[in-house]
Amino acid sequence: MKAIMTVTAQDRVGIIAGVCSLLADMGVNILDISQTVMQGIFTMTLLVDTSTSSHTFDEIHSALLKRGETEHLNIHIQRSDIFEAMHRV
Amino acid sequence: MLNISDVMQTVNMIDHQHLDIRTITLGISLYDCADSNISKCARKIYDKICRKAEHLVETGNQIEIEYGIPIINKRISVTPIAQAAAACESNDYSLIGRAMNDAAKECGVNFIGGYSALVHKGFTESDRKLIASIPETLAGTELVCSSVNVATTKAGINMDAVALMGTVIKRTANLTADRDGLGCAKLVVFANAVEDNPFMAGAFHGSGEPECVINVGVSGPGVVWRALQEVKGKSFDVVAETVKRTAFRITRMGQVVANAASERLGIPFGIVDLSLAPTPAKGDSVARILEAMGLEICGTHGTTAALALLNDAVKKGGVMASGHVGGLSGAFIPVSEDEGMIHAVKSGVLNIEKLEAMTCVCSVGLDMIAVPGNTSAETISAIIADESAIGVINNKTTAVRIIPAPNKNVGDSVEFGGLLGSAPVMRVNSAGSGEFIARGGRIPAPIHSLRN
Repeated sequence: MKAIMTVTAQDRVGIIAGVCSLLADMGVNILDISQTVMQGIFTMTLLVDTSTSSHTFDEIHSALLKRGETEHLNIHIQRSDIFEAMHRV
Repeated sequence: MLNISDVMQTVNMIDHQHLDIRTITLGISLYDCADSNISKCARKIYDKICRKAEHLVETGNQIEIEYGIPIINKRISVTPIAQAAAACESNDYSLIGRAMNDAAKECGVNFIGGYSALVHKGFTESDRKLIASIPETLAGTELVCSSVNVATTKAGINMDAVALMGTVIKRTANLTADRDGLGCAKLVVFANAVEDNPFMAGAFHGSGEPECVINVGVSGPGVVWRALQEVKGKSFDVVAETVKRTAFRITRMGQVVANAASERLGIPFGIVDLSLAPTPAKGDSVARILEAMGLEICGTHGTTAALALLNDAVKKGGVMASGHVGGLSGAFIPVSEDEGMIHAVKSGVLNIEKLEAMTCVCSVGLDMIAVPGNTSAETISAIIADESAIGVINNKTTAVRIIPAPNKNVGDSVEFGGLLGSAPVMRVNSAGSGEFIARGGRIPAPIHSLRN
C-alpha cells in the first residue's frame, strides 16, 4: 500500500535519521521524500510503500505513533489516495 | 509526489479544523422480515440487521486508521417500521423497537434509524400503531431514532398527522423528563423526507432503495470557517468561490471513504451527503461561518442571505466531487449541536422566528430546539405546520426536531451531552393556535406554475 507520511516537529538534528531508520527496521520502502522548515517548524512528507514490510499497516501505524510520542514528533501516516482525491481534479 | 503544502493542508484540516466523516450509514431493507407474528418479525429484523451490519464498525475503524480520517459515527437505517411490520397482528410495535435497539448494540453502532412512518397523504392502520408507540419506544431504548413524514410537495400537508405529532412529542418529552426530554432529540417530523439520508435522527431506508446500501455524510464547518478567514473583506464572489473549493475537497474525502467502505463490505455505494454538520466543539460551527462572512452574531439581519450563499456554494462545490450526491446535502442549523448557535441564542440575537426564516434556505429545518416544558401540543403542531408549509411550497426538505423540556423555562438549559450538546430554552409565541390545529384534514398540494 502506498501511503503518505508527514512528520512535523520543532527543528533539531537527527529527525530524518531517526524516522528513516525506524522505517528501514520495519522494511518500509521510501519512494519519495521532501523536507522543509516552515516558520521554524520542521516539516517532512514521505511517500512510502508498506507492501515491502512484513508488518501490517496497523503495526507500522502504531510503531510510528509510539516513536512520535517518545521523541516529540507529530507523525501521521495515511493512504495516499486521500491526498490525490482532495488535491487533484 | 504531491505538493508538501497540499499534504500539510489536509493534515491540518484533520488535526486542527475538525475535518471528519460524520457518518457511514448502512441502509438495510426489512421488507423480507414481514410476519403476522410480531415476535417472529422482531427476531427476523434482529437477525437480518446483525447479519448485514456484522462488519460495519470494524470496517469503519480500519478505514479510519488507514486513511487517517476520523469517522465519528457508524449507523444503520432500516425500512420504515410502519411498512416492514404492517403484516403483524399486534397493536404494539415496541417489541420491534427493542429488537432494533438490541441489534444496534450487538453491531456496535451508535444509532439506528427507521422507527418511522410516511403519512403525508394519510394513515394506514400500521402507521397509526407505530406512531402511537413512538413515545414508549424512544423512552425505553437508547439507540433507536424515529421520524414521521407529514407532508410532501405533491401530496400537501396531512394536518391530522401534524396535530397528532404535537401530542406524540409532548408525551415523548414527559416520558423522558428525567433526561430533559431526551427522547425528543431522537424524533424528527419531516416534510419531503428523503429516502437516502445518512444523518440521524431522520435516517430511514426508503422504498426505492436497494437491499443494502452505504451512504456517507461528510462534515467540515471548521474547514470552511478557516478558509473564510483568508478572504476577510473580499467580495461575495470570492466568498462563494472559497466555499465551493473547500466543499469540493471535503466531499472528495467523503467519496474516497464511501468507495472504500462499499468495496470492503461488498455493499453498493449509494450517495455522499454534502452536509456541513456542526458539533458542539469549538471551531466546528455553522453559525461561526455565517459570522465569518461579516455578521456580528448569527441571527442578526443578513443571516438568511449568508446562509443561502453557504448552502448553495456547498452543493455546487460538492456535486463535482462525488459520483452520486443525495441525502439532505447543505448546511445544517441545529441549535444544541452548534457552539455558535448556542452563543447566538444566549446572547438574545437568534430566536425561533429567525431560525424559521433560515430554514427556507438551509438543508433541513428547526433542529434541536428546546422550548419551555409548558408549551402546548397545539403550539408544537403549529410550529410543525409552519415548517411543513415552507418545505412543501419551496419543494425542499424541512423538519422539526423540538424538545419541550419538562419543567424548564426560558433562561434554563437542557443538557444532552455528546454530539447532541446542550440547548438554551427558547421563547415561543404565547398566542394560541388551538382552533387552527383542531380543524384537521389536509392542506392541499401547491400549484407549481404561476410562481411568485
